Amino acid sequence: MDNIVFLIFRRMRTPLITIVVAYSVAVLGLVLIPGRDALGNVWYMDFFHAFYFVSFMSTTIGFGEIPYEFSDAQRLWVIVCVYATVVAWIYSIGTLISLLQDPTFQQAVNEGRFARRIDRLREGFYLVCGYGETGSALIEALTERDQHAVVIDIDQQRIHLLQMENLRQYVPGLCADASRPLHMIEAGLKHPRCAGVVALTNVNEVNLHIAITSKLLHPELKVICRADSADIEANMASFGTDYIIDPFDTFAVHVATAMQAPCVYLLQQWLTGLSHARLPEPLYPPKDGHWVLCGYGRFGKALFERLIDEGLETVIVEADPDRTGAPEHCVVGPGTEAVTLQQAHIEDAVGLVAGTDDDVNNLSIIMTARELNPKLFVILRQNLQTNDPIAEAVDADMVMHPSSIIANRIRVLLATPLLAEFLQLALYEDDEWARLLISRIVGLVSEEVPHIWEVEIDERLAHAVVVALELGQTVHLSDLLTDPRERTRELPTIALMLTRPGHRTLMPDETTRLAKGDRLLFCGRYSAQSRMEWSLQNEIALTYIRTGGSAPQGALWRRLYKRWLRGRNAGTVS
Amino acid sequence: MNPEKVIFGFFIVLALTLNFGFFVGELDNPEHHHVYELFAVVVVNLIATVLKFGDRTQMGAVLLATSLVAVLQLFAAALVWAVAVHISETGLTPAVTASIVSLTGGAMLANVISVVLLVIETVMLRR
Repeated sequence: MDNIVFLIFRRMRTPLITIVVAYSVAVLGLVLIPGRDALGNVWYMDFFHAFYFVSFMSTTIGFGEIPYEFSDAQRLWVIVCVYATVVAWIYSIGTLISLLQDPTFQQAVNEGRFARRIDRLREGFYLVCGYGETGSALIEALTERDQHAVVIDIDQQRIHLLQMENLRQYVPGLCADASRPLHMIEAGLKHPRCAGVVALTNVNEVNLHIAITSKLLHPELKVICRADSADIEANMASFGTDYIIDPFDTFAVHVATAMQAPCVYLLQQWLTGLSHARLPEPLYPPKDGHWVLCGYGRFGKALFERLIDEGLETVIVEADPDRTGAPEHCVVGPGTEAVTLQQAHIEDAVGLVAGTDDDVNNLSIIMTARELNPKLFVILRQNLQTNDPIAEAVDADMVMHPSSIIANRIRVLLATPLLAEFLQLALYEDDEWARLLISRIVGLVSEEVPHIWEVEIDERLAHAVVVALELGQTVHLSDLLTDPRERTRELPTIALMLTRPGHRTLMPDETTRLAKGDRLLFCGRYSAQSRMEWSLQNEIALTYIRTGGSAPQGALWRRLYKRWLRGRNAGTVS
Repeated sequence: MNPEKVIFGFFIVLALTLNFGFFVGELDNPEHHHVYELFAVVVVNLIATVLKFGDRTQMGAVLLATSLVAVLQLFAAALVWAVAVHISETGLTPAVTASIVSLTGGAMLANVISVVLLVIETVMLRR
């Protein structure tokens, strides 16, 4: 803000001095030039009247000649003064207006406004660098869960897009280069409420720069980065970047999971789905035949490794094997023609991966291959979000869209960190375990993906439970799973995980006794969360669930009751 | 030599000298204090003030403050003069003259501080 004031003052120096000089010369001239009064006597205008006259002359021109009619000499001088002062005014006002329109000035104003807004933030927020496809998907998902975010992007156009977006939370956006630490600080990197930095720009080096800036200036911050190459990934990991997400590798892991444990994969899909999305169908990637992989780029390489690990025979189709370093026995060709696909024995294949970096080619590969072999299991790599309609129309079994994969992963990490832990642990469970859980979830929700929420047993989020625990009463997990309106009914929800310091339990037992500081992960219907809020926060509701009766309500009775409880507990201990 | 500094110094010193010129003489004798001189003091002080705009240093801020004080005092003096001569028609009695001159005396003090600061800054620069 200081900058702006100084900028205005500095630029306004010359125009202001011009006005002062023009005024003083005009006033002085009027004082010195003799006039005649009504009786024909010589009179000299004094400073007071001269200043009065010049003041209105320069702004309005023409109030009449006061206090007496002017002599011709005075009129001549006034002609000169009129032009001089009017020009001086136009000059000053013009300078001021051009200053207001100056891009540097505008930028200074915007940055000042943005910085003040960030300063005023009183809730935790995430700093998202890069508002491209991934960034916008992430921001939407975060605001959907009532989380706050701040955006930096180098492109003014995208910041305009952000402002037009109809988001549930206000998201401040700054058009600036995120690789410059100054701008990161302006955007709240050092703000005590800043909960994490997400680097999503499409330039690897910039992401690296953001990661290292954040780790140096605010070391305890969670830093999540997108990385498209192994070098950058290793570099980021070297200074402790918390999460590095490579979309191709992430997707390859998905494919491998789907092959090894279809139910675990389905569980992942269900729990991480966007709210209100329809339940995805289970996938069974075939393993009883060979696969054709078109395009041996970053995506192709990541997937090839996984397919080989699965023990599948894989034929690579690559247009430029020398540049991409494809194995020697690959089929050379674009894959969009029937000839190359036939060379790869597409007729006998069970699966096809259309993995080039060109959407149109990928779609063409799928169409051609399906004509030759309609039963193929198809994996499509979609590069641009704008191609959504045609990518949907081709109806591939799995679609790999880098932006949505990164956004989805970061959304889970930021919005529901417990879920991220849960999914990590779930990978170590067998498929049967996942199948049981899936059938339980299906029993709760019929068509939509289950709602996921976290509960922490603390004073703010679980007042009633904390009060009960402090009174020495026991609260079981089953109490939270009970409908607070009718204690014989259960809420449509499942407790997925319970974490205590140094201890994590998957699918905790209902008889578990809750303790202060516990963190729980639930999934279920939307309505279940708001019901559970009652048992967590309302002492009367919790007492009803635990005992079936209601605790005394009046102030006196409540005190007596608490004293009685304490006395009884003390008695049992001794 | 920086021409900007020359002009800057020129106006600041001129503001002080003109102010002094108006101030000297018997305090309540209108003969000793000419209104043209008061006009010149006001104009030069205004220019000096504007010249001090937009300096971000601590010294610049204090210089601007002294100038603003001087301009305020001089405006008060000019107002007293205008009221006495034109509005209340009492004319330049010794009492009125004394108050005008003492107001400009205050302005002169501010101008002195301004010049002293300028000299100090210059000396610091030499080192």
